[in-house]
Amino acid sequence: MLDVSPLMSHTHDPNEQSTAKRPIIDLDAVNAKLRNKRGPEYWRSLEEIAETPEFQAWVEDEFPNRRDLAGLDRRSFLKFMGASLALAGVAGCRGVFLPDEKLVPYVRQPEEMTIGKPLYYATAVPIRGYAMGVLVEQREGRPIKLEGNPEHPISLGALDAQTQAQILNFYDPDRLPNVLNAGNISTVEQFAQVARDALAAQKAKGGAGLRILTETITSPSLAAQIEDLLKAYPQAKWHVYDAVDTDSHRVASEAAFGANYDTHYNLAAAKVIVALDSDFLQGRPDSVLLARHFADGRRTAASTGTMNRLYSIESSMTITGASADHRWPVKPSEVVGFASALAAAVGVPVAPGVTSVPASVVNAIAKDLQSNPSASVVIPGEGTSPEVVVLAHAINAKLAAIGNTVTYSAPADFRPARREDYSLAALTNALNQRLVDSIIIVGGNPVYNAPADLKFHDALLQHAKFKVHLTEYENETGQVCDWSVPLAHPLEAWSDLRACDGTVSLAQPIIAPLHGDETLSVHEFFSMLSGARRQGYDLLRDYYTTGPIPLDEKAFRRALHDGVIPGTASKPTQVPPVNAAALGAIAPKAVGDTEVKFALCPKVVDGRFSNNGWLRELPHPVNKITWDNVVEISPQMAQRLKISSGNILKLSAGGVDVSGPAWIQPGQPDGSVTLTLGYGRTNGGAVATTTEADAAGYDAFPLRTTTNMGSLGGATITNLGGDYRFANVQMHHAMQGRNIVRSTTLDKLKKDGPNTAYEFEEEEPHTWKENTMYPEEVFPWKGEQWAMTIDLNLCTGCNACVTACQAENNIPVVGKDQVARGREMHWIRIDRYYGPNEAREELETVDQLSNPSVVYQPVMCLHCEKAPCEPVCPVAATVHSHDGLNQMVYNRCVGTRYCSDNCPYKVRRFNFLNYTDNQTQFAEQDKIPLLRLLNNPDVTVRGRGVMEKCTYCIQRISDARIEGKKANLPIPDGGVVTACQQACPSQAIIFGDKADKKSAVSKSLTDKRAYMLLEDLNTRPRTQHLARLRNPNPEITA
Amino acid sequence: MAQLFTPATNNRLRTLLGFLSIGPLVLGYALAGWSRSGSNTKVEVPRNQPVPFSHRHHAWELGIDCRYCHQGVEKSGFANIPPTETCMSCHSQVWTNSPMLEPIRESYQTGTPIQWTTVNRLPSFVYFNHSIHVARGVNCDVCHGPVQKMQITWKGNSFQMAWCLQCHRAPERYLYRDEAHPELSPRQQVFNLYAKLQNHEELTDREDRILEGEGGDSDAPEELKKGKAIVARYGIKTQQLADCWMCHR
Repeated sequence: MLDVSPLMSHTHDPNEQSTAKRPIIDLDAVNAKLRNKRGPEYWRSLEEIAETPEFQAWVEDEFPNRRDLAGLDRRSFLKFMGASLALAGVAGCRGVFLPDEKLVPYVRQPEEMTIGKPLYYATAVPIRGYAMGVLVEQREGRPIKLEGNPEHPISLGALDAQTQAQILNFYDPDRLPNVLNAGNISTVEQFAQVARDALAAQKAKGGAGLRILTETITSPSLAAQIEDLLKAYPQAKWHVYDAVDTDSHRVASEAAFGANYDTHYNLAAAKVIVALDSDFLQGRPDSVLLARHFADGRRTAASTGTMNRLYSIESSMTITGASADHRWPVKPSEVVGFASALAAAVGVPVAPGVTSVPASVVNAIAKDLQSNPSASVVIPGEGTSPEVVVLAHAINAKLAAIGNTVTYSAPADFRPARREDYSLAALTNALNQRLVDSIIIVGGNPVYNAPADLKFHDALLQHAKFKVHLTEYENETGQVCDWSVPLAHPLEAWSDLRACDGTVSLAQPIIAPLHGDETLSVHEFFSMLSGARRQGYDLLRDYYTTGPIPLDEKAFRRALHDGVIPGTASKPTQVPPVNAAALGAIAPKAVGDTEVKFALCPKVVDGRFSNNGWLRELPHPVNKITWDNVVEISPQMAQRLKISSGNILKLSAGGVDVSGPAWIQPGQPDGSVTLTLGYGRTNGGAVATTTEADAAGYDAFPLRTTTNMGSLGGATITNLGGDYRFANVQMHHAMQGRNIVRSTTLDKLKKDGPNTAYEFEEEEPHTWKENTMYPEEVFPWKGEQWAMTIDLNLCTGCNACVTACQAENNIPVVGKDQVARGREMHWIRIDRYYGPNEAREELETVDQLSNPSVVYQPVMCLHCEKAPCEPVCPVAATVHSHDGLNQMVYNRCVGTRYCSDNCPYKVRRFNFLNYTDNQTQFAEQDKIPLLRLLNNPDVTVRGRGVMEKCTYCIQRISDARIEGKKANLPIPDGGVVTACQQACPSQAIIFGDKADKKSAVSKSLTDKRAYMLLEDLNTRPRTQHLARLRNPNPEITA
Repeated sequence: MAQLFTPATNNRLRTLLGFLSIGPLVLGYALAGWSRSGSNTKVEVPRNQPVPFSHRHHAWELGIDCRYCHQGVEKSGFANIPPTETCMSCHSQVWTNSPMLEPIRESYQTGTPIQWTTVNRLPSFVYFNHSIHVARGVNCDVCHGPVQKMQITWKGNSFQMAWCLQCHRAPERYLYRDEAHPELSPRQQVFNLYAKLQNHEELTDREDRILEGEGGDSDAPEELKKGKAIVARYGIKTQQLADCWMCHR
């Protein structure tokens, strides 16, 4: 049936979606079906197993629920066809009729700049306050992309999605452009006058009424500035609050060692890792490093390799649990029970706690840990209780891990000495006792994300007289404050930051502030408070001349160039033995039924990146939901309480309600729900507060209190019914029933010996190799043959590649409504598959719903040698190149979408609505040009009606090819690095020339885990995947 | 009731049908012809500029190297339009009071860039790279016409895709080396030709045609043989040259 032209598609009624009437899924039936499956079969969603009409719709049609042309009357049909033909004729002449254009050169061209060539500058971007070393790609003065700095100890050349997305924040039209005084536009000068007067009034009292509130600070020069201010106002106080709660680690460190130490994990040396409710592969400031080391321990030469082993005990499904060899879901309150049981089993003097994990398993883990002394490590999660962290310290000490896989050092961040003094609770108390006249809030958004029981909003609003918020966005906190002062973006200010390991990085501006002198760096702000405003560079240079790290001009320039100051990493500290009293104090705590776990969003963290469209549209790594957040409940609980996905749940605890849509999450512990923080923003930008299809999500902070920062117990759930519409991509581009994910265990792989290709279970053995009529060579051509491998064993599903691709290839944001229609534009999709545990032979006994194994599979255009998309294109807009690229020629494409229809992998994306220029729901029309400055000039910005897909970063191939030819050298192996490959923290992607038998990709292709997706179709993809491996403990059979 | 159709109607109808059958063809050919004509492509149409810059004066009479102003041409995809500062490097000393140069001085003083009218323009979906063409010895004049003769700059060729493909499909027809200077790299060959012109050395017929902006291509068998040898020597993969992604991505 003909479908309607893209011109008309936006006239659809959203209620037409088949999601409107979602049947309740019979989970018993789903479970029965899963039990009856033979062989390792993977599934993406409950709907798929239950074969709901919604899933069928997605399988049958790439873009379901389109109105077909038969539904149009003849007259309208002719009108549209006539108009389309006429417009097509005009559009076809774009390149033929050339309008006049102006060429505008520089007046004084910067010396080091060659127009058309990128420049890279090293700097550091704060991630939750800690430095992430980046290289900023700058084109003609515009920063356009962030890449990892290989010299930086945390990045090592890779980056996570959040850091990369900071570049979008830089061009965000919603950033605060000028000083606001009670909502009215003011100037920095006026503010400075008022601020100095307020401070002068404080001077007499020694600053008794002055408070400074910051988030985590790692900038040595900023800490020195604050110290100076506190010296000038000895009664003033500095408070630190971060919604990312790491206080439990500080409490634990003080209890265990008597002082506050940072803990560093060296996973490179670890053979056995136990994660105690820890999602260490993402979200931590050092996750990129941990992911790299974790992957290094799993990068195994096909059959002889060894692999580390990860046990994950967790209270929500996370990517760390997904990467684990063994995983047990437990309720948040139970983590301490498991930890103490494990501690007791390895010989820590502590009473073993109660846990649902069988004792045999605990003993087996303990044995595994003990048999790898000094090469095993226990990592407690960031939101866990201090008891768990103390136990982890004790276990690590017992395992001789300290000094090997675990080191301690003085903290990298700066904060006042006593937690009781600097906490937000202390500040709120002081406010309520009317001790505070003037408060300076540096960054953050405490009104939105403070613990609810503090009622910080009321205290701030009612009791402080002079309230200043230094911020990038006018947000919830700014609304309460008298003054909102624009804070400079990290890419436009001089600063310094420390990484988790203590290494100091100098941060340099890549561009002058977008909003001119009205934006202040935090250093300039503090200099202005204590006198005349000084330039950020002078402040930084002074600090590094007279401060504790004096640098001469050469060393300073070297540090700027490299992005790090060498030798500044924290020295490992000897810690005393874990305090026996701290261990003795660990006792089981009774917690009411129905627990609530607060999870930081893997995309927007605590809401700080809410206004970032790239991050909002990124599919959640586990539940694959874009834009908003959900209440994750276990399948058993859903069945018990008769809840289906999309029902609105009301969660009540302590007299407070929070309502959000339910999402049945396989692997969620029974009796506990997970709420994701960071959504439901009421102020802070058009994207953060978007009302399009309820994309803002719900706010879970009202349930979070000072005593329950990680989780709480005794909540009640009320099902309010309803049918919430998700923009979930897990059913999009489904390849139903086809065996496209492969996994096995290390032991099975080894057993087959090094030389026999590992044959995975196939329903039909392949005979295409014998029967094919295709020639071995695609073209008789001597030259590069580009190919890629993706190691599913290393992929953690962290989304870094998706954002890297988005930044490199000018991929637009489409909005929740369009994603729900299957029109997301990401060239890379990361499919998340659930399945049985590979280690278990008796599949019937396994309950896949309560604890599935997870495999991530990134899929982008595979550049098939015999690409099915090519012969069906009526205008030859997609054709093959000699070096094996499936080329997409945008200017030739007329948008028939036949190619996408014929693609068995569903990797082609169609631009329905001119997404780059028409996103008026996120930015006013006159501000969209600002976002265009972000575009990569080497990549075409696609318009409406054009098909697009992964190009293997053809612009990078082209650059390497031309530079190689100019130097008369072949492109070296590794000379072309695709954006996804570059960003991948675990280095799971290898790209190169497969005609060169010595190249890394050629070697990877000979790995016996390598396989082609849907090999039997004989498309001969150039991108191959390497099967997932797990390394289960043979002693664990439960 | 009178006859609706007179006998003449037959002829009228035939004429009309005749027009209808060939009309679209004629229209199509007319449009295609026009889109290729100078009136659309602006080939050999001198364009008004804010400052009447003469390539003839600077590049030929004064002998200033192309790369003095177009300094990106060997390094980057863009040849670079010189910044005002480049003009002022001489014109702060010579012709300092010329009224013609007033816009240059004003730009330099006020920091406002000069807005030149684009002479050579490619659609934005074409990613042309100057540096690789220079590195393969393609002379500027092959594409840009006889620049050293232009008082006011005009466009030398249509820059339509069919024009590009002439060379991309058969580079041996266009590639040229001066056999008297085998020691020169292809890049140096480009600028050597201008030096020869400056020094009034004798030029071959082919060199003459290159510098006259006539492309300098040759189908003579012995020239083609030489061209093929150059293709082999430079390691040019001719098949790949016409792959879409060479220019479109």
